Amino acid sequence: MSTLLASAITVTLILYTVAMALALWRLMRGPSAQDRVLALDFLSVVAMLMMLVLAIRYDSDMYFEAALLLALFSFVSSVAMAKFLLRGEVIE
Amino acid sequence: MSEAIVAGLLVFSGCTVLTAALGLSRLQDFFVRMHAPALASTLGAWTVTVASIVYFSAHGGGLSLHVWLIIIVLSITAPVTAMLLARAALFRRRQAGDPLPPPLWAGK
Repeated sequence: MSTLLASAITVTLILYTVAMALALWRLMRGPSAQDRVLALDFLSVVAMLMMLVLAIRYDSDMYFEAALLLALFSFVSSVAMAKFLLRGEVIE
Repeated sequence: MSEAIVAGLLVFSGCTVLTAALGLSRLQDFFVRMHAPALASTLGAWTVTVASIVYFSAHGGGLSLHVWLIIIVLSITAPVTAMLLARAALFRRRQAGDPLPPPLWAGK
């Protein structure tokens, strides 16, 4: 791996970390519950992107499956939380 | 050459995701704030996916398209989540008596 790609990966991971910190701030502060759900959904999307970048960094296919699982589980959990906010229970 | 393309795409996606996070933390209203994370799950995810496809195709030998699954899953799930959250926010605001956004079409 060239120096250019290695440093680009480092820069990307740092940018993602700053983005996650901002989303975490919104998660802590969020005036309403739906703000918190939105921030949590965004956090999981960024974590999934981070997995894909790490797959390039370590030249491994395993991270792809972790990213796919993270995408699916974040969808299910976000829908469950939105449904809870909407109806007061998840499965009626 | 391919590593330069991958590096450029990765840094671009980092900037995109940071823009989305800035929007999420700085915008004023919830319904305005909802637009920002879509930037990360569309443009940010697309660029990382294309970077991954370019990298693994150049290094693994042969075209490797399986990362495309992430994009398919995201493009199905992100609108569903956004719509459910918007409906939940509308419902909760109506219950609390807070001001709602104006209707899209102000008919008679």
